[in-house]
Amino acid sequence: MKKSAARRTPGLGWTVVLSVVCALYLYPVVLVLLNSFKTESAISTNTAFLLPTPETFAGLANYVDAIASKGFLRSLGYSLIITLSSVALILLCCSMCAWYITRVHNFLSRILYLLCVFSMVVPFQMVMFTLSQTADRLKLNTPWNLCVIYLGFGAGLAVFLFSGFMKSIPLEIEEAAMIDGCNPIQTYFHVVFPILRPTMISVGVLETMWVWNDYLLPTLVLDIKKYRTVPMLIQYFRGSYGKVEMGPMMACIMLTIIPIVIVYLLGQKHIIKGVVAGAVKG
Amino acid sequence: MEKTLRRYFPVFVLPTLAAFVIGFLIPFAEGLYLSFCKFTTVNNAVWVGWSNYVRALTDATFSHSFRFTVAFAVVSTVLINVLAFLIALVLTRNIRGTNLFRTVFFMPNLIGGIVLGYIWQILLNCLLSRLAQPLLALNTTAGYWGLILLMCWQQIGYMMIIYIAGLQNVPPELMEAAEIDGASPRQTLWKVKLPMVMPSVTICLFLTITNSFKLFDQNLALTGGDPNHATEMLALNIYNTFYARAGAQWKGIGQAKAVVFFILVVAIALIQLRATRSREVQQ
Repeated sequence: MKKSAARRTPGLGWTVVLSVVCALYLYPVVLVLLNSFKTESAISTNTAFLLPTPETFAGLANYVDAIASKGFLRSLGYSLIITLSSVALILLCCSMCAWYITRVHNFLSRILYLLCVFSMVVPFQMVMFTLSQTADRLKLNTPWNLCVIYLGFGAGLAVFLFSGFMKSIPLEIEEAAMIDGCNPIQTYFHVVFPILRPTMISVGVLETMWVWNDYLLPTLVLDIKKYRTVPMLIQYFRGSYGKVEMGPMMACIMLTIIPIVIVYLLGQKHIIKGVVAGAVKG
Repeated sequence: MEKTLRRYFPVFVLPTLAAFVIGFLIPFAEGLYLSFCKFTTVNNAVWVGWSNYVRALTDATFSHSFRFTVAFAVVSTVLINVLAFLIALVLTRNIRGTNLFRTVFFMPNLIGGIVLGYIWQILLNCLLSRLAQPLLALNTTAGYWGLILLMCWQQIGYMMIIYIAGLQNVPPELMEAAEIDGASPRQTLWKVKLPMVMPSVTICLFLTITNSFKLFDQNLALTGGDPNHATEMLALNIYNTFYARAGAQWKGIGQAKAVVFFILVVAIALIQLRATRSREVQQ
């Protein structure tokens, strides 16, 4: 009796401590949320900690401004197009490439694999100027075909992760399919692709997190006057409107975070699993 | 099967290979070449030999940003890994609310660096003005600790997840054996748990060190290198050398800095991997 009480108390203590830490952890986001409902003049470095009062409460005015005059929805659209097309392309092309590399043992496969591993370590600054020039020359500088650049720069990690997993798939299943008369394309889509589903989700999560939040690559490649992804839009607040309009900026930040949080809460299991799988392989 | 598959090279490999050549190999090779040239676009490059490297390595802002990055990387790597490991230890004890805590701690990871930077800029500037201190744009110390705080906030959750996975993989028989042999909780931690999660430690150290060295978005949004390049890290310094300086010579110098940066990142990764791999326990 005494023993079990003694054992439960430290557990409860930890729960309390971690609850406090969690509240602090969420505070920065809550601060932005509260300020996004305040009028411009009530958001200064001295007053930002205050809760909105009836005088400073702006309702949804900041959100309306962010959507109507700052072009938030357009940015959201561009970000969605770029992320969806890039991730789909990466998943399809890189898994096919990884299958070839793991099943065909020749010089080219080995070289490709090594190059992929190598490209994972290279920092973006090394190629940023030449990459943006290459993209310009090949006219790969619109949201609709930027995915080719993402496929190229993201191929390393994706091929590496896929081939790590494919080494553990038994060869016999594929051979059986081939003997039954499937050509490699059929074998891939009917046999390998379904087995790869969990890995697809992991890689998809990692690539989505990267492409969705990427700032520098689209800034250098896209024409900022025509196309702004969400991170570019938020950075643009400081760069180009003279004095930073804090209200609409806070609203934009919240509008960026809310969909991410919803997706995260819905797919938490997959996202965390994806991170672990990606990290363990890396 | 291998022979048939080999004929399908154009279908399976060519798309990725073509994009890889466009998106990585060509820019990388051109980048290496241009680091020896004076240029403003790829087409007007003039060979100048090693002079870009000399200028890059004698550039005072570059060596300052190197020292700043090292100071940042060391402190943030230690803090993130210690804190993440402690939280992981607590969260593997089956306390109430584990899932909720894990969800909250991991969340900042999904928010992009630019957004994170601005959230913390608002918070820190308010705090500094309440404390009657200079704001971030004029305050190097606050900029440094602000970056560390921001990095911890973002990365602890990620590393925590990896440590939790590692701790859950410690075989229960080992823990039981240690208990039967009369090991104290502290001894179990140091002699059983820690050696068994060494693979996770390797991964987390590798990720935090390279992330710290490559940090760009957060740096740009939180301090932008202010005041006067004092909080500029390597990646931002390279970016500014390329795009914020007038004069035809700077792009070449920027590219030379980028090559130095690249070699640095690769060297750190190799040294670090070798150092921790040798300490891992065979499972």
